[in-house]
Amino acid sequence: MNRLSLWMLRLILLAVLATTATAADFDYALKPRQIAEGTWVLLGRNEDFTFTNGGNIVNTAFVVTGAGVLVIDTGPSRLYGEQLRRAIAAITDESIVKALNTHHHPDHFLGNQAFPAQLISALPPAIRGIATEGRGFTDNLYRLSGDAMKGTEVVVPSQPIEPGEFSIGGHRFEAFSLDGHTASDLVIYDHTTGVLFAGDLVFNGRTPTTPHARIGRWLASLDRLDALAPRIVVPGHGEISELVGSNIGAISQTRNYLHWLESTLLRAAQRGLDMTEVMTLPLPPEVRGLAVIEPEFRRSVGHLYPAAEQDALAHPHQH
Amino acid sequence: MRLMAIALLLICVTQGMPAHAAPPAKAAKDPLQSARWEDMRQLLFKRQRVVFDERVKVVAPLTAENALNVPIRVDASALPGVRKVVVFADNNPITEILRFYPGLSQPNLGFRAKLQQSTPVRAAAQTADGVWHLGGVWVATAGGGCTAASFGSASLEWQRRLNEVSGRLWSREPEAGAAANQQRLRLRIIHPMDTGLADGIPAFFIEELKLTDAHGQLLMRIESLEPVSENPVFTLDIPAGHEGGRVEVSGRDNNGNLIKSWIEP
Ligand SMILES: [Zn+2]
Repeated sequence: MNRLSLWMLRLILLAVLATTATAADFDYALKPRQIAEGTWVLLGRNEDFTFTNGGNIVNTAFVVTGAGVLVIDTGPSRLYGEQLRRAIAAITDESIVKALNTHHHPDHFLGNQAFPAQLISALPPAIRGIATEGRGFTDNLYRLSGDAMKGTEVVVPSQPIEPGEFSIGGHRFEAFSLDGHTASDLVIYDHTTGVLFAGDLVFNGRTPTTPHARIGRWLASLDRLDALAPRIVVPGHGEISELVGSNIGAISQTRNYLHWLESTLLRAAQRGLDMTEVMTLPLPPEVRGLAVIEPEFRRSVGHLYPAAEQDALAHPHQH
Repeated sequence: MRLMAIALLLICVTQGMPAHAAPPAKAAKDPLQSARWEDMRQLLFKRQRVVFDERVKVVAPLTAENALNVPIRVDASALPGVRKVVVFADNNPITEILRFYPGLSQPNLGFRAKLQQSTPVRAAAQTADGVWHLGGVWVATAGGGCTAASFGSASLEWQRRLNEVSGRLWSREPEAGAAANQQRLRLRIIHPMDTGLADGIPAFFIEELKLTDAHGQLLMRIESLEPVSENPVFTLDIPAGHEGGRVEVSGRDNNGNLIKSWIEP
């Protein structure tokens, strides 16, 4: 073996060791940020799932109530969930009394493993969604997020949550059962602080995702959120958004995008465009500023164009 | 992490590891560098002349999220005298997706297909001299499209509506390069299009579809095969100046159920 090959071998060995070490402790570098009395958020990146971000594209939050901690969404992996727990423990000695999953998308529930199963709660349709589709989602995230997913398994929430008010410590919460982003979207409003945890009904600065969306229902849900006039909205993805006058920027932005998406697809279908032609339509300036707009728009065409084109095709004739 | 990746890359480049080595001479011609290309050539074009030709365009998303409904558009209109087009996917368990024979219509067709895994998707257009002209793209997908049961096969709805056709003809504004209006035809047929690869569900698919104008002249004949998506949607263009009136749609599936309908202009 000549010197060059020996050097190569050493380099490969080092590389292998480096990979193992990185995988063992993928560090999400979670930094909770306080946004209100006892209320903390952990904001993910406005990106797609990648090996580099380990799936941390989602927002999670927790409320330290004085009588225990309420956790809202558990993140995209077991490691994320464990690091979220450590981040909570660094801030408070109070124990976790409830961990919620806002809906059945994987970045919102795959951290469940890190929490006691009997404390994990979601709306009944979301529980069914996690039970039936959870495995497929997990396989998909393994493909997209790599090592950070190590050891992640689906934990189905055990506690169905009912819409309505509930109090923990000094906080009066209200759970809303809405839909539109998925068939079942849980929203939590904290009457005590005026913070609304909107889940994926609201996106901020990032293009909304639509794999299970019904846009009409989604828009109706946004009207319900506006009517609450929350002081602060924590979106599922993107920066928090505050009430200014009677406007909440992130809700308006999500609504405008959904209107644009719906009308773009309807117009394209009425013009007779093929799906591949819709996917390559030029995007107007008002949506081009949203993160990951191009891949997300193409995905949305795949999700929503079949229904739009059906409406555009004339009624059937049969001999 | 990044440094490590660069180090590994350097090793690969300097050592010429197999994954990065040049493909064997025979496959070097295939611009998509598919390991299956020689098999495809044997299977579909034995002893026939094949050239890779950029005039045959296949448009599909680089990454298809939904393997059951991958949008594909084939356009061979830059190539004169096309009489037959075969669309296939090297890595699909059923490689041929569909064939079409342009009559008076343009040699282009949009549709959606089921893909089982990441694969080249190719169109081979045969000209009057018998030569096959090939174009294609790689489509990445998580896959599973071919071994999943159709939604239709699980419901009773399709039985009532089987082979129902809805469609529409558009007169289109002249586009850049085209002198006058051409017509766009889109149609959708209710059919489960089961591949036969899902457990316990036999293959059940539309075999033939004929589109003719009101004078009985052929616009296009399509032989769709198992990988075409459930409830197929087809998009095609009829050249400017053709006043054909309403479009007659006829065809049958592999169980002998007939398709018979029409689309008003
Ligand atoms: Zn979601």
